Amino acid sequence: MGRPGWHPGLRESALFDRNVIHEIQRAAREGIYDIRGFGAKREVPHFDDLLFLGASMSRYPLEGYRERCDTNVVLGARHAKAPLRLDIPITIAGMSFGALSAPAKEALGRGASEVGTSTTTGDGGMTPEERGHSKTLVYQLLPSRYGMNPDDLRRADAIEIVVGQGAKPGGGGMLLGQKISDRVAEMRDLPKGIDQRSACRHPDWTGPDDLEIKIHELREITDWEKPIFVKVGATRPYFDTALAVKSGADVVVMDGMQGGTAATQEVFIEHVGIPTLAAIRPAVDALQDLGVHREVQLVVSGGVRSGADVAKALALGADAVSIGVAAIVALGDNSPEYEEGYEEIGSSAGFYDDWQEGRDPAGISTQDDDLAARFDAELGGRRLANYLRTMVLEAQTIARACGKSHLHNLEPEDLVALTIEAAAMARVPLAGTGWVPGPSG
Amino acid sequence: MTEVDLAVTSLRDLNAALHGPDPAPRWRVANPRGAHALAAGIDAPVEVEVDGHVGYYCAGMNKQATVRVHGNAGTGVAENMMSGTVVVEGNASQSAGATAHGGLLVIHGDASARCGISMKGADIVVHGSVGHMSAFMAQKGRLVVCGDAGDALGDSIYEARLYVRGEAAGLGADCVEKEMRDEHRDELRELLERAGVEGAEPSQFRRYGSARRLYNFHVDHAGEY
Repeated sequence: MGRPGWHPGLRESALFDRNVIHEIQRAAREGIYDIRGFGAKREVPHFDDLLFLGASMSRYPLEGYRERCDTNVVLGARHAKAPLRLDIPITIAGMSFGALSAPAKEALGRGASEVGTSTTTGDGGMTPEERGHSKTLVYQLLPSRYGMNPDDLRRADAIEIVVGQGAKPGGGGMLLGQKISDRVAEMRDLPKGIDQRSACRHPDWTGPDDLEIKIHELREITDWEKPIFVKVGATRPYFDTALAVKSGADVVVMDGMQGGTAATQEVFIEHVGIPTLAAIRPAVDALQDLGVHREVQLVVSGGVRSGADVAKALALGADAVSIGVAAIVALGDNSPEYEEGYEEIGSSAGFYDDWQEGRDPAGISTQDDDLAARFDAELGGRRLANYLRTMVLEAQTIARACGKSHLHNLEPEDLVALTIEAAAMARVPLAGTGWVPGPSG
Repeated sequence: MTEVDLAVTSLRDLNAALHGPDPAPRWRVANPRGAHALAAGIDAPVEVEVDGHVGYYCAGMNKQATVRVHGNAGTGVAENMMSGTVVVEGNASQSAGATAHGGLLVIHGDASARCGISMKGADIVVHGSVGHMSAFMAQKGRLVVCGDAGDALGDSIYEARLYVRGEAAGLGADCVEKEMRDEHRDELRELLERAGVEGAEPSQFRRYGSARRLYNFHVDHAGEY
């Protein structure tokens, strides 16, 4: 069976395949880089390259459904008077109102609250709907400071200082004019309809010494109640984690290159930053070297899709994970239900990534009132809760099989790798061997 | 007048008292000794006089309060201020009034780099000069500079209005000089008066703002960045 237009004798170049040819010709036509949403689509070493060993002669498993396997996590007890106490170690990552419709933000809050976890604002401030429907809400402090104000800071349950994100470490936010509606413009103090390219550096601090003072200020303003998270895009995870701890962070959020974005240059998404799998062990090393592993929590994000991914991240030393793209997909993004709508805008269910355009047939990544009205926040919230529950059940299934009574008891010793690359990154043996590739092996 | 000596009382205790449900209306703070986050996060119509120099983020996120620093201020004085008035009688370090949404910041001396960076509606009046990259990505509000402005003034500016009496060493991307009309002279006169600037006339100032060429990306303007 051939592909359309193909017949024997036609050989596609591995170097200049049809996607590459399309991109060169698009660039030649339009004179600007490609911007899209979603996360990295290239294949990189990931959690799929790891396997759990499970119990056998030398390990006792726990009974599924009978013996307890706890899932709770406390985030931010290092300095904050009121740390977050979550029932599950899966949180919802920062996504802005602006990038997402108001009902979609509401659904994230509903779903997260139903299963006892947190959701997070984004580059655009806090909406009343979001606050109202999120039992536990993390408020992001970004370089743009859109919508930032001390009232919302005090209304939040935690504060997340965003230094970077995995999709674009070193890059600032981006929201194209199509999505700057009246309400979004008002919240961001910007003219309606302009392309919003927010800053990549914070306006009032540079480097870890300044950040320490900034964190001190935020603690003073909120009377030392709120946990302070520091989020970084995975690039130099050992040093970034160590410097975040030195700056006084209660929680470090490490976002790998597969982490999603509402709008970023394709070249940025695919070529800057390191895979999530490669970032976890160095981050844990930093925490352990400083003697604060488990005292300062590590939240890992970027390509977490299943309970297996959750269990693997935790086994490598994370305290919790965060999901963005997967949460949006759970709400209904890329659903075949909207195939006709996707085709009308030149895409297809399973491929749609033009979240920057605001024409989302599912009504999620849009500011168009008619499109947003298609989205049922209650139903979306229920779907997200179902998905989160499923992930937790999956992670518990694996943990019990490994003999663990809490997800946090999973450890690297429970894992092996399928590839040499993953073995080197995760620092676990290549399956069936005792070989851990790396500096000493 | 409630007097607090920071050589004796901790900054935490001072800020906690200022954040309390019914703070005293007038405060005098001695021995600030460069403390960071002094009087940050106030949300009450109180007056705070600080006798000495302050560190970073003095009066950060201020609402309603009037904070007067009888000395110099470190980085980010009145950052993200929402309302009220902050006066620095000496010089201010970088990022003075960063992202401030409202209120009035007056600096009697000079302000360093990035004064008014990403300002979102506040008014800032500097009796002296400002450093480079001032009003970078300034969105709303007004920055008045009675002296000179450093290089790259108003880089990537949105709708903020800048008034400079002296020389601007250079304008940033998409920042241009604009016509001074009566409405601008009127608002400038009012700002100078509120900030206690003497001997300056609106006619001595130039106005700068956005050319709006970068509001929506166009490949022909890529060289502007």
